[in-house]
Amino acid sequence: MLSFILRRLVIAIPTIILISVFVFTLQKLLPGDPVLAMAGEERDPQVLEFLREKYRLNDPIPVQYFTWIGNALTGDLGISLRTNQPVLELIGQKLPVTIQLATMAMIFAMVIGIPAGIFSAVKKGTVTDYVANVVALSGLSIPNFWLGIMLILLVSVKWKLLPASGYVPLSEDPIRSITVMLMPAFVLGTALAATLMRHTRSAMLSVMSSDYVRTARAKGLVERKVILKHAFRNALTPIVTLTALLFGELIAGAVLTEQIFTIPGFGKLVVDAVFNRDYAVVQGIVLVTAVGFIFMNLLADVAYVLLNPRLRKQ
Amino acid sequence: MTLTKMTLAAALLGATTLGAQAADLRIALQSDADVLDPDQSRTFVGRIVYTSLCDKLVDITPDLEIIPQLATEWSFSEDGKQLTMKLRDDAVFHDGTPFNAEAVAANIDRSQNLETSRRKSELSSITGVEVLGNHEIRFDLADADATLMAQLADRAGMMVSPTAAEAAGDDFGLAPVCSGPYQFKERVAQDRIVLEKFADYYNADGYHFDTVTYLPIPDTTVRLANLQSGDVDMIERLAATDLAQAEADDGIQVESAVSLGYQGITINVANGDKGDNPWGNDKRLRQALSYAVDREAINQVVFNGAFAAGNQPFPPNSPWYSTDFAVPERDVEKAKALLAEAGFADGIDLEVQVPNTTIPLQLMQVVQSMAAEAGINISITSKEFATLLADQSAGDYQASQIGWSGRVDPDGNIHQFMTTEGGINDSKYSNPEVDELLDKARKSTDQDTRRESYTAARAILNDEMPIVYLYHETWIWALDSGITGFTPYPDGMIRLEGMKKEEG
Repeated sequence: MLSFILRRLVIAIPTIILISVFVFTLQKLLPGDPVLAMAGEERDPQVLEFLREKYRLNDPIPVQYFTWIGNALTGDLGISLRTNQPVLELIGQKLPVTIQLATMAMIFAMVIGIPAGIFSAVKKGTVTDYVANVVALSGLSIPNFWLGIMLILLVSVKWKLLPASGYVPLSEDPIRSITVMLMPAFVLGTALAATLMRHTRSAMLSVMSSDYVRTARAKGLVERKVILKHAFRNALTPIVTLTALLFGELIAGAVLTEQIFTIPGFGKLVVDAVFNRDYAVVQGIVLVTAVGFIFMNLLADVAYVLLNPRLRKQ
Repeated sequence: MTLTKMTLAAALLGATTLGAQAADLRIALQSDADVLDPDQSRTFVGRIVYTSLCDKLVDITPDLEIIPQLATEWSFSEDGKQLTMKLRDDAVFHDGTPFNAEAVAANIDRSQNLETSRRKSELSSITGVEVLGNHEIRFDLADADATLMAQLADRAGMMVSPTAAEAAGDDFGLAPVCSGPYQFKERVAQDRIVLEKFADYYNADGYHFDTVTYLPIPDTTVRLANLQSGDVDMIERLAATDLAQAEADDGIQVESAVSLGYQGITINVANGDKGDNPWGNDKRLRQALSYAVDREAINQVVFNGAFAAGNQPFPPNSPWYSTDFAVPERDVEKAKALLAEAGFADGIDLEVQVPNTTIPLQLMQVVQSMAAEAGINISITSKEFATLLADQSAGDYQASQIGWSGRVDPDGNIHQFMTTEGGINDSKYSNPEVDELLDKARKSTDQDTRRESYTAARAILNDEMPIVYLYHETWIWALDSGITGFTPYPDGMIRLEGMKKEEG
């Protein structure tokens, strides 16, 4: 098991290096001058030149890259061009926010998606199955931003049940923190729930027709036990893979959801940083996200091994 | 529970929540402020925060007259080369450092010499500072500078604590220390900026909130939703398209003021090779474009009539607007005639770059269809703002839909755009006569002389038209109906003096 994890970690290193090079160079290809974007209406040539020097924007790009990666290795991701705050501090502030959003969204997705998938697989071909599929498809097709704005108008403005937007840290007021995040997590979760439901359904269907399920039924087990203990457990592997892959989608979806609900998370940080050409921030975020994504996949791999005894022997 | 008990409980609950809320004012801003250092900052929303955080030497009235703030009185010498100011003796900075002439001298020095200072050009006329007494100071100027007072009414005149600035250096903006009615409490980037009341403020009685929280909420619909749901007390820059919805809501009051800025189409006249085309070379084409558009119709269609149509760098209600050149009526025939005269009777193409956001795109589509009727075929190139700005500055454009947020002194709306050496003259328009007139207006402290110069310059610019002005934005604030005492200012700032939140 340990050697398995180590092997995966070794593979991860070149991936991270490649990503860092990509982010760095792609960003430099973006049109627009960060210093000019930053200057806004006040363009004093002297100050612009000073800032270019300060942030080493006049250096050749490879030199800039190595300076950055060298600092990054020592834990220094630079400072934001816009607010002067250290990038690491910004990420430290924003990461918990997005993790909370992602976790709550994932809970929504799993609570809705998995039972719905099992249900529609078991009731395959019935009206329930069709209804579940239509709902799932609408969940996939409704754009996040539309659903978000509709929910705000209905739940907050009309019924005044939940706050319209914003964020309260968990440490400050746990109940309010969760309340504020209910709507965005729901919006983010629904799209994933739909994907999850579709996959659970097909995984369940393929398992349900297998021999051991027939055997389980033949030996007279209660249907509930057949489904949950025999079928579902074996259908879990593809679902876990998907959940890990969905993590990436979750972060991407969070970008939009955070914009709508004005949640000061990772997504909002990266969007604002891109528009302001705040290079250091964009690079820092992408690097951290890439590492996070690789880590999630590693976790998923470990989870398979735990779920599937056959993999343990390999 | 009996009905009485329930009513009582509800009343108590209501009272406590209201009591708690009344102390905090929550303001939704359109975007997040940048670094909170008056010498380094660049954003409009940053200035809104400073209005409560950092007092300035002088302030303005809604009619743009200069009034005392930290300076109690001032006078210019005969030749306009010396400005003497008397200062308040009862003001202190948030860290306890006393406010005095030494502090002002240190501030001017910081604005002029801090490497990252954005205030250098604003204070470039000051060549020397002489402390005359504990609360009296004199500025020596290279030349008479009529714009100086207006600069001192904005960020260049904001006083930061010299002790704190010295200690923090470039990082001052992470925890700013000024002398305004509210002091910095905390900031979470993209989430909130919280200020708390400064007990030792000389006019502390005039401010009625214990804390003020600024929340950046970029989406206009969400901003309004937050106000309607009671999550914030006021919002700035309500979208003109949401005006009807806000006005229909009994719980909301709407206030507005025509801004100091303008929006228009800047035409590349001589900025690199791209300026060398019929549009850059022949003023008749630019005049034709101006005649082809119906400015009032644009205002009605795109902005629900909430903004102000315009044809000058100053809005029609400004004291600096030249009434000799009124907003022209649309005249398609005249536009066609001008095109024909310039040799383009069969029409001509024009490529306009536009920021890729909703309003500028809508605006240009309306202009596009109006211009088409006169034979001008506009193609719209939409660019993300940072790119648009870079291309415009580099001269890589034919025409650009861009505006200016506006300055209190008229000079700020015209000099740097229309003079040969102007820092933001992206059109690269150059006319010695205009240079001379605008320089003259900059140096004279006599209002009539200035107005005459601007009118004379307008006569030339209206003919040569390097910028086709279209409209002036209106600041629209929406407030909870329980808020009283808010005064709209054309600079778009939110001044909290006298503002109160009524309970219930």
